[in-house]
Amino acid sequence: MNNVSQLLVGHPVERMEDARFLSGSGLFVDDLERDGMLHAAILRSSIAHADIVSIDTSAALRMPGVHAVITAADIGGEIPVIPLRLAPLPEFEPFRQPVIAADKVRYVGEPIAVVVADSRAIAEDALEAIDVQFEALSAVTGRGATEDALFACADDNVSLRYSAGFGDADAAFANADYVRTERFSVQRHTALPMETRGLLAEWDSSSARLIVTGATKVTFYNRRALAKMLDLGQDDIDLIEIDVGGGFGVRGEFYPEDFLIPFAARKLARPVKWIEDRREHLMAINHSRDVACELSIACRSDGTMLGLRGAVFSDMGAYIRTNGGVVPAKAAQFLPGPYRIPNVSVSVETFMTSKTPVGTYRGPGRFEANFFRERLIDMVALDLGIDVAEIRRKNLITEAELPYPIDGLVPYEGPTSYDTGNYVEVFERALLEIGWRDKCHLQGRLIDGVRHGIGLGCFVESGGAGPKENAALTLERDGSLTIAVGSSVLGQGLETVLGQIAADTLSIPFDRIRVLHGSTTLLDEGFGTYHSRAVVMGGSAVLDAAKKLREKILEQAANHLGRPNSELTIADQHVVAANGASVSLAALATEQVLSADGTFANTTRTYSYGTHAAHVTVDPRTGRVEILDYVAVEDVGRAINPAIVHGQAIGAIVQGLGGVFFDHLVYDEEAQLLNASLADYLVPTASDFPRLRAVTLELRPSLTNPLGAKGAGEGGIVAVAAATANAVAAALTPLGVEIHHLPLTPPRLWRLIKDARDRTPTAA
Amino acid sequence: MKLPPLDYIRPVTLAEAIAILAAHGGDAKAIAGGQSLMPLLAFRLAAPELLVDIGRLPGLRHIDISVEGVDLGALVTWRDIERDARLTYAHPLLAAAIAHVAHYQIRNRGTVGGSLAHADPAAEMPGIAITCDALITVVGPNGTRMVPANEFCLGGLSTVLEFDELVTNVRLPPWKQNRRWAFEEFARRRGDFALAGVAAFYDIDQNGTMRDPHVGVIGVGDRPMRLSVVENLLEGKSLDAGLILQAAALARDAVDPTDDIHAEAAYRRDMVGVLLERVLARAGNIVLMEAA
Amino acid sequence: MTRTVAVHLTVNGAAATISVEPRTTLTDALRNELRLTGTHLGCEHGVCGACTVIVDGAAVRSCLMLAVQAEGRDVRTVESLGDAAHLGPLQLAFRKHHALQCGFCTPGILTTAHALLSEEPDADEDRIRDVISGNLCRCTGYIPIVAAIMEARSAYLGVQAEAAQ
Repeated sequence: MNNVSQLLVGHPVERMEDARFLSGSGLFVDDLERDGMLHAAILRSSIAHADIVSIDTSAALRMPGVHAVITAADIGGEIPVIPLRLAPLPEFEPFRQPVIAADKVRYVGEPIAVVVADSRAIAEDALEAIDVQFEALSAVTGRGATEDALFACADDNVSLRYSAGFGDADAAFANADYVRTERFSVQRHTALPMETRGLLAEWDSSSARLIVTGATKVTFYNRRALAKMLDLGQDDIDLIEIDVGGGFGVRGEFYPEDFLIPFAARKLARPVKWIEDRREHLMAINHSRDVACELSIACRSDGTMLGLRGAVFSDMGAYIRTNGGVVPAKAAQFLPGPYRIPNVSVSVETFMTSKTPVGTYRGPGRFEANFFRERLIDMVALDLGIDVAEIRRKNLITEAELPYPIDGLVPYEGPTSYDTGNYVEVFERALLEIGWRDKCHLQGRLIDGVRHGIGLGCFVESGGAGPKENAALTLERDGSLTIAVGSSVLGQGLETVLGQIAADTLSIPFDRIRVLHGSTTLLDEGFGTYHSRAVVMGGSAVLDAAKKLREKILEQAANHLGRPNSELTIADQHVVAANGASVSLAALATEQVLSADGTFANTTRTYSYGTHAAHVTVDPRTGRVEILDYVAVEDVGRAINPAIVHGQAIGAIVQGLGGVFFDHLVYDEEAQLLNASLADYLVPTASDFPRLRAVTLELRPSLTNPLGAKGAGEGGIVAVAAATANAVAAALTPLGVEIHHLPLTPPRLWRLIKDARDRTPTAA
Repeated sequence: MKLPPLDYIRPVTLAEAIAILAAHGGDAKAIAGGQSLMPLLAFRLAAPELLVDIGRLPGLRHIDISVEGVDLGALVTWRDIERDARLTYAHPLLAAAIAHVAHYQIRNRGTVGGSLAHADPAAEMPGIAITCDALITVVGPNGTRMVPANEFCLGGLSTVLEFDELVTNVRLPPWKQNRRWAFEEFARRRGDFALAGVAAFYDIDQNGTMRDPHVGVIGVGDRPMRLSVVENLLEGKSLDAGLILQAAALARDAVDPTDDIHAEAAYRRDMVGVLLERVLARAGNIVLMEAA
Repeated sequence: MTRTVAVHLTVNGAAATISVEPRTTLTDALRNELRLTGTHLGCEHGVCGACTVIVDGAAVRSCLMLAVQAEGRDVRTVESLGDAAHLGPLQLAFRKHHALQCGFCTPGILTTAHALLSEEPDADEDRIRDVISGNLCRCTGYIPIVAAIMEARSAYLGVQAEAAQ
């Protein structure tokens, strides 16, 4: 067996992908060039809601260097609609998005035409020459019925309503000592990966085959969808995943361009590349969050939680895209969080507006739900005169109560339970890390012109969604190992993590391992990367394949060396027998094809959990918040590569702080997006949040998978709004300020302080 | 976001540059560092037929310090100012304000002349020019004219520059010894345009009273402006906490900001007061007990 | 179609002549004409810093510079800092500190940091943060990036000491 000190799993191994990224030799889709390649640009609606009266492309077509201008009329037949990938509820079907607008536009940014030209610059020149006549309709920017309904089937613009729950919330509220109801909201924002989307589509007329490079996340699903739309067989299409500059949930879903660019390539029989520019990115890629909630809690006067009622309202934008209603469904499901609340009732209403459609962004629904609940808990604690740590300690689910069923909060999902954990221990660790005991006297204190606040936020976070993942391992003739996996790599270091898993099982040096991922050419079927599933599912599939391959290698070596398997070990790229005889892996692979397929199927979700704690100051005169200290403590079950997990956590905290203080897609009353540039859509920079810490624990491995992993990509973000907003609220409590809505921009905090002061002129 | 079709020329003399601009009657645009113009072109918010690159014209990248004051050539970059240690003494207000301009890479290319010509209402350079009563040298086909900074900006991104004129120099009057000053701005993030900014300085006479106070604000109107009502209040008085609060109240009333996506007007108005309090307190070394 | 202009410049130490439309940015010229695809475009309007290259020793946003403006200039891109088999000190520090994830913003951060440390090898943490605040990264949270640049300083201090001798 392996020498323990050589095991890679559990160690902060340097990443195998880094050398290429650091030397500028990564390969991103815009780096690709092909003979005869043309460039596409997309004419997007400049108006939020209108009938299209006419589209005149003749002037654009006459421009030198323009090869085609494709509109709905050129698609022929019925315009394909983007399918619902997750939870395909029949209620959502009428609201699905056509891949190109034919007679109506419903949001600013909706594709109307595709120009294909010799260069992107010429294509953009031609966009300006296309004349579209609109008949404007009134735009819808909020919840409720409107003059011009967006869809004929829903004159109130509501696409879905449901209620769910467990226990008897009505009885709990009727009998409680104390009840409080508040309304909260999280603003519309998006993930903003640094690489915008891009595709290169190549059509081979002779073989009638299509290759699309730039795909990611769920390539096999997207291939099925594309094949249907183009009336091709699945095997006639390959989706290729190369280096991807960040995903965070938004990239890789099936978007209109995932049809339009391949369509253009087939029509012109030329390679066509489309690289989304940042302006179109902000109006075209999925937006997210944009959830409001009316949340009520029923407690005993000692703070014991008895019941929770939550009504979630979600602005879905103009269409329901691939993610369906995941964002509001998860916002509702995670309202109770890690607390023992016996009676829970939730409702969800999704409504349509004239804005960019919504999809998932890192921690979908959880970021929002944790903010709503943890804010309300602090309000309850204040009302009841209980310390905010004590009220949490009292209500956290104990280890003895696990597994803890939280069935029935999503009507179309089966039963699920929080699996393993010690919520209280992790909570206490966070208190220790932030220095709660020494600092809690600072709450609300004004020191040198700024007010201090310390806030807490607890969470549980699901991961490792099934159904399945596949991997194939091949021992190459040079003794190196190739791993092919259906999981997608979007920059999170998955190649390294999967390599570590295989290296340990097969005793093959890390630098002799190559990881191929995502592409539909690699495997018959793959399931992709979302819901913090890549390590849990893909990692377990690789482990399964590696174990099988190990057996095959030993078997072949047994034949070669004439010794029984039980006497053989793999070491230093050789199989060595107890008697000292050995054969190299390369020799074995030359004798016989040595490969193995692995799979991992699992419908049981993992639940990581943790607590975030923030110490902030607020300048009450400017509204500026400074983070003095921030710590996120999470039990991820098992960290294959602690450095990668830590990096995920820190990165996610900063992304979350962006959602608290900066990221905001602002629309006016005509549903025009007002900040489609990075000068106006603000995200955190290096100087904003320099003092953050993440503590990754491996207290309670998951029992659902052989690695014990729980998924680690999202726990860093899900409680950021909760802890930070509680800290800001604690700082401003003496001024009579309560926090209900994000983002916490300086002008907004200033307004809250001013309004509180105007209400009670004596407060100081 | 590719640039619209355009042509490019790089004249070697100032006269040639102006002749080209004049010959194209407004369809040509000067470019130097391009840090304001290039984003406008990328968004196709500007589409000149011709870019006239003045970035290598000789004799426009000087920082001269003399009894006449501080002369900055139009092609002086923010980085040039940052690296010129003399300015810490010769014009500390300029040095402090310019430290807030944009980011490292922009600072290597952005120029004094470009910033003045672009005239963003939240930009530091036009604000300092106005606060300091700078004189801006403008050269056109008919020769040279000197424009006082407070007459230079006409409104949002609009100046007295004709299409065939270029800024060549800005002269800040000499900085007096023992002058009291401070600069404060409030931006959402490091390097962003300020939501509001205040610059102030004054001299002290032998009686300890303020003489010749200058107070300028950026980011709270369609152009940078002087707060003469505040200057009049301060003139001849000695600074104390009460006077500071009085000045801040006047300042709030003197500005007329508008709402935008980053802040409501009332916030910017209040920030002018808050920042002026902080600026005057720092300049006068006075500890203010800030309410809140 | 507008005319094309010949531009003569030095890129990563080698003379190059390219023919571009005047509207071509330096980024597009490097990527498309010279196939130096390590320089990335993240926003094309001068905010994200992914396109940062070093022109005559100064870090600049190459999307805010026309290729024709680089006539006669010395341009250095991420490719000049060390190839995959021979990473330079800054690159090694980034790997050690896990200062990159997706790697898309990384070239612009490396060129920025290289320009900074070449000029100010003793830059303190605040200065490094301040400078790097002109580069957006969505993966790392910046903390490991700052740590990596801090660590790489010693290599640049050495270079400066050698140059002084």
